[in-house]
Amino acid sequence: MSSTQPLAATRPIGLGRWRPPRWRRQRHGAELAWAIAFVVPYAAVLLAFAAYPIGYALWMGASPGLYAELFAEPLYWPAVVNTLLFVGLGVNLKMFLALLLSGFFMRRRWWIKPLLVVFVLPWFLATVQAYISFHWILIGEYGFLDSFLQQVFGIAGPTFFNDRWLALGADIAAYAWKWMPLWTLIFLAGRIAIPAELYDAAEVDGASGARQFVHITFPLLANLYLVCTLLATLWAFGDFATAFFVSVGAPAGMTEVLATLSFRFAFDEARVALGVAAALSALPVVIPVTVLLMRKLQTSELQL
Amino acid sequence: MSATALRARRYRLRLRIVEAGSALLGVVLLIWSLTPVYNMLLIALDPEEGEIEFDGNIWPPEPSLEGFRAALSQEARYLEEFWHQFGNSIYIGLLTTLATVLIASLASFAFGRLRLGRGLVPTNAGLLIYAIPASCLVIPLYRIMNRYGLSDNPLAVVAALVTFATPFAIVILQQYARLIPFELDEAARLDGASAAQIYRRIYLPLMMPALAVVASYALVIAWNDYVYQFVLLTSQRHTTVSVMQAQLFADTDAPWNAMMAAAIVYALPPLALFFGLHRYVAKRLARG
Repeated sequence: MSSTQPLAATRPIGLGRWRPPRWRRQRHGAELAWAIAFVVPYAAVLLAFAAYPIGYALWMGASPGLYAELFAEPLYWPAVVNTLLFVGLGVNLKMFLALLLSGFFMRRRWWIKPLLVVFVLPWFLATVQAYISFHWILIGEYGFLDSFLQQVFGIAGPTFFNDRWLALGADIAAYAWKWMPLWTLIFLAGRIAIPAELYDAAEVDGASGARQFVHITFPLLANLYLVCTLLATLWAFGDFATAFFVSVGAPAGMTEVLATLSFRFAFDEARVALGVAAALSALPVVIPVTVLLMRKLQTSELQL
Repeated sequence: MSATALRARRYRLRLRIVEAGSALLGVVLLIWSLTPVYNMLLIALDPEEGEIEFDGNIWPPEPSLEGFRAALSQEARYLEEFWHQFGNSIYIGLLTTLATVLIASLASFAFGRLRLGRGLVPTNAGLLIYAIPASCLVIPLYRIMNRYGLSDNPLAVVAALVTFATPFAIVILQQYARLIPFELDEAARLDGASAAQIYRRIYLPLMMPALAVVASYALVIAWNDYVYQFVLLTSQRHTTVSVMQAQLFADTDAPWNAMMAAAIVYALPPLALFFGLHRYVAKRLARG
């Protein structure tokens, strides 16, 4: 037993064959009962508040005619483009910057720690209030940004919410502002776990900072990076608050994303089934991402 | 000048450039992180309510705490029920945190330590819930809560938030639990401890730092939520701060200064938590 035990402990859960000792097998009945009892609350919550509503949603959005109606909606295709940009561009930009910044926060300077505390602040600020503040910063010539540009540099800033792409850019920036700290912290934890000897050895061999990143940091963090990016992608698809509070869909609903559009159909226009259909129409992209994420989590050891 | 001296000089120059660059990046990050906070303060410190906040000021010309006074004494329009709504938010936040920590720790113990469903059910099947955009879930949830008799009940919001927070919480706990040697469990079993005793006496105490992280994650999720609170709570009595602020935001002529003052007050509890947690986890990790 003493030889198999440490091995089993270090092996990822769900992998490898582990033979329980005999006394363990005898107790298995009681242990199994406890295990089931421990999972019951989780299973009950998932069934009652996830499986049932998901099934309900699929049932509500099952009619093909609904999708014909949806595709004919003038706001639908812009929302699809916006969602893909918000997720595809926003998430990758945010994650890559977070990865680079986590390296920056590894530097040993007295001001790095206080700076990190300030940088993490947005993650702990309430979303609705922070996004409203974002909206007011960008609201045009009376907003903080344009006032600042006018008074300090004498430049007339753009009217962000009159232009679809600027408004979408504002959403992406606000979302990154809110979420980048969390991912930076996670990558920072991953970097701290990398043994310093590797870098020392690379230093001796004369490898530059960039080459150390390419040959040491990135390969070792690649798995963590992939898992986090997949998770961030899923969350970004479901994100409602950013487009709802920062750009408010301006100009004229042209920065709606699927999440806000489905909300708009369901609650503002009382077309509930259409709202469900709008949200469900993201599934062809979202389901492969989820399956990939689950497989990655299942088969690989990951340090958070 | 010798070659080595030249190289040393070049090296020093490069160091100085890197130093200046990182200081510059530090300043950029500072501005990036703090501008929205500064803007909140700028509006909150304005002495009068109304459109006057949008005069293009980049610093408060005559800072005043009038906004804070009006918000805290519930005199401003929309903010008559501020403390009651604040209580509602805290109620939802605390219940969500407790339930998430309890359910996630029980489930992760069963999956990870009791090896339930090893090789059969993917332990993170719950992550599938993230495949469904929250906005899609909220519409059927609204109808289902009526069937459960939970319409206009804060517990409905708690249930929805717990459902959303738990799968990720389990992932975090599972990752951390790998650091705890199985020998501890086995030793306790040899001494005749039941699974429940191992959970309570070994698993929970050793998992404290991870549980603190999960708890703060759940609280932040609940504190930041708007969609579920807006859809699932319909009466004035159950309105939360998030929903009230969104109503205010939709009005074209609202007491913005008091609103932003209230927003700053609302932002304080998670910040207190953040600093508490920061110290706690740092201390724990330092102790090993």
